[in-house]
Amino acid sequence: MSRKLSGFKAWVLQRISAVYLGFFSLYVTFYLLMNTPADYEQWSGWVNSLPVMLAFMLAIGLTLLHAWIGIRDVLIDYIPMTGIRLIVMTLVGLMLSACGLWALLILA
Amino acid sequence: MITRNKRPVFINLFQIKLPVAGVMSIAHRAAGILIFVSIPFWPYVLELSLESPEGFARAAGIMQSNWLMPVYLLLLWSLFHHLLAGIRYLLLDIDIGVEKPLFRQTAMTVLVAAPVLVLLILAVAL
Repeated sequence: MSRKLSGFKAWVLQRISAVYLGFFSLYVTFYLLMNTPADYEQWSGWVNSLPVMLAFMLAIGLTLLHAWIGIRDVLIDYIPMTGIRLIVMTLVGLMLSACGLWALLILA
Repeated sequence: MITRNKRPVFINLFQIKLPVAGVMSIAHRAAGILIFVSIPFWPYVLELSLESPEGFARAAGIMQSNWLMPVYLLLLWSLFHHLLAGIRYLLLDIDIGVEKPLFRQTAMTVLVAAPVLVLLILAVAL
């Protein structure tokens, strides 16, 4: 398998990340509906508990991966000019990594 | 006798009638792009909410703001549609729903279910 994030590898990763994110978002949604945090202490206590924090960190990483593969496919489909496509892909990559690092630093 | 196509063929988007599954598929893409665009907003709210009790109150205020409500509803639709269409694609991968009547019915179900879920949430929240 190549090191590049394309073809069969991207297809598999897109599905693995989709399954995780699907279950994760259902869990977070139902938790917040059932135990809506009333104040700062409850909210930060929940987010900072180790299993929840790890689940969030994993979700952040997989969201970036999932978003990158998806947006990359869209850009390849709609932007035929190689130069412009590369510039847009670079900007997307920078935006995603910046947001990912930002979110991880908040949680860490 | 060979019937020749009239060439060149110009693609007029207004003349193409997409099948239900096609509409659902395009919407899956559009929803994904909308969610992607919203990404920078979430670390911002998360940081604010974990900063201090005052920050938490401000973040809660942002999440309940009236003028952002249309954006939240659009995002909620995007998340529901993307999730449901995604589940449908995963089922197709394992050969469930590939045959025609079911293939179309599930696509239609996804298209209808996402806005219905948004309306349900809205009804519960109000």
